[in-house]
Order: sequence, then structure tokens, then C-alpha cells
Amino acid sequence: MRIIIMIYSLLMICLVISIIKSKEKSKRAFKVAGKALIKTAPSLLTVLGIVGLTLGILTPETISKLVGSEAGYLATIMAAVLGAITLIPSLVAFPLAGSLLRSGATIMTISAFITTLVMVGIVTAPMEIETLGKKFTLLRNSLGFLAALIIAGIMGVIL
Amino acid sequence: MTSVKKFKMPMIIGFVFLFLLFYDPSTAIKSSGVMWDYFKEMAIIMPAVFLMMGLMEVWVSKDKIQMWLGSGSGIRGIAISLFLGTLPTGPLYVAFPMTASLLKKGASITNMVVFLGSWAALKIPQLMVEIKFLGLPFAALRFILTFFFLIIIGLLMDFLLEENYIKEKINE
Repeated sequence: MRIIIMIYSLLMICLVISIIKSKEKSKRAFKVAGKALIKTAPSLLTVLGIVGLTLGILTPETISKLVGSEAGYLATIMAAVLGAITLIPSLVAFPLAGSLLRSGATIMTISAFITTLVMVGIVTAPMEIETLGKKFTLLRNSLGFLAALIIAGIMGVIL
Repeated sequence: MTSVKKFKMPMIIGFVFLFLLFYDPSTAIKSSGVMWDYFKEMAIIMPAVFLMMGLMEVWVSKDKIQMWLGSGSGIRGIAISLFLGTLPTGPLYVAFPMTASLLKKGASITNMVVFLGSWAALKIPQLMVEIKFLGLPFAALRFILTFFFLIIIGLLMDFLLEENYIKEKINE
């Protein structure tokens, strides 16, 4: 809520300045915004649908069951894959990770889950492809997944 | 015809959802609840984001973006990208259209990968929650490692994507 108020107050200030400085340019800004919104609308809808379906099916309870308290690399890989396909708000994800850690999951597994969760976005990929292109999206997410695994490995060794 | 093609994915998801409604109604209801929550969030944030983008497109000159975030901006460019990314600004899908217009204005791919990555992985409010539930050592180590790897991924992608990728893919 605070973020929304912040964004809108910033927007209002910018908008007022813009209109005072040049009505013509402000009009063009609105046009650019409208066009971009229409162009991304289908991919926004897609993201919305995928988020709904994955979060409906992969609830925090299901995830803790799947990752479980098992140690071993299989649990880590599972956690990494789950992190990559889900899009969980951090307010839910970190408490979940904390409780998994207490119930016996390893640091490596938890960091794999958290890092892929934040670095890889399969759910948001349709929108990323629409705005930044297929190759960019594919490279960013697959390299992110690899990096997440390496990060998890390092964290498991150090902590 | 093109508009039908554009809505192909939303339609497929609609069918999956209908299937789920018959096969497992309780999950379908839960899913629709989640969709509704995210829809509200998007509906509130997106208009503001696109307007900000429009204003940026009209007012901020190419030279300035190139100077701050272009391929010659070096460590300062990376620092600016990290700073912009960690600001508390909302979900990742908001960042994609912004990144696209920054790229169009001449920001480098390396910087934009760092920007997107820190937006997703290193947000300040998110770090607070992380410290609370997983402890400071975990959060600090993850921050450092993630930042380091983001720069590597950025440099790698800058190398792998052809020079005219942005012109072809984004400017169309």
C-alpha cells in the first residue's frame, strides 16, 4: 500500500511538472503509455493466469511437503526447480524458507529455493519475452538458474 | 487474425482453468482467488508504471541515459543500476517495460541485467524480511554472491547477444 502511494505521488509530481513545461510533450507521453499498455496487455493476462494456476496448485504446504526435511542433492534440485517455477511474495517465501530450515532442510536447499525464486521467473517469462525478446529472456533465466545453483553450493559450504 | 494469435496463451490458460474447475474445484477456486489478488495489484500499479515510462520516453534524452547507463558507464553504471533496482518499487513485471525503454535509450545490456536482477533479488524491503527469518549471515552472503553473479551474467549476455539485438527485437 505504501509503495502504491509512493509511486502515485511521484507520478503526480512528474506529471504536473511535465504539463507545466509542455502540454504537447505530455500528450505524447500519454500516447506512448497507452500504446505500450495495449501491447503488453495479452502477456500481462498470461502472467496473471500462470501465477494463479501455479500458486493455486503449489501452495506453501505442498512446497514444504515436496522439499520436505530430507537432506541430499535431490532435495536441493527439487527446491531449485520449485523456486524457478513459482512466484511467491517474499512475505510468504522467507517465513516458509525459515520453517523449512527449522524442520531439517539444509542451507544449500534453502538457498537454492530462495535464489531461483528471485533470479528465475518462468511465470513472468511471457511478459519478459514480449518486452525484451526471446533470446534475452532465455539467456537471463537459464544463466540465472545456473548461477543460483552455484550460489546455493557456495552458501552450503560456507554457512 | 493477429489479435487472435496474441490472445492464444490467455485462451490456453482459460481452458486449463476450466478443466481444473471440473477436475479439482477447490484448487480452481483457490487459483481464481490468487488471480483476483494479483489482478487488483496489476490494475493499480500498471497504469502508473506505463505513464512514468511515457514521461521518461518524452523527457529524458538519449545522451543522458547513455552517459549514466550506457556501455561506457563502467562501475558507476553498475552502481546506478544496483541502486535503482534495490529501491522499493513493486513487482518484477513492472520492471520489464521500463528496462525495454531504457535499452532503447541506450542503456547497456550488462547494466540492465544488473538492474533487473537486483530488482528481483536484492530489494531492500525484501532483505529486511530475509534477515528476520533467515538471519544476517545468510542474507549478507546471498546479497554479495548474487550481485557478483549478476555482473558476470550481464557481461556474458552483453557478449552473447548480437550488437543489433536491441534494435531488431525491441525497436521493431
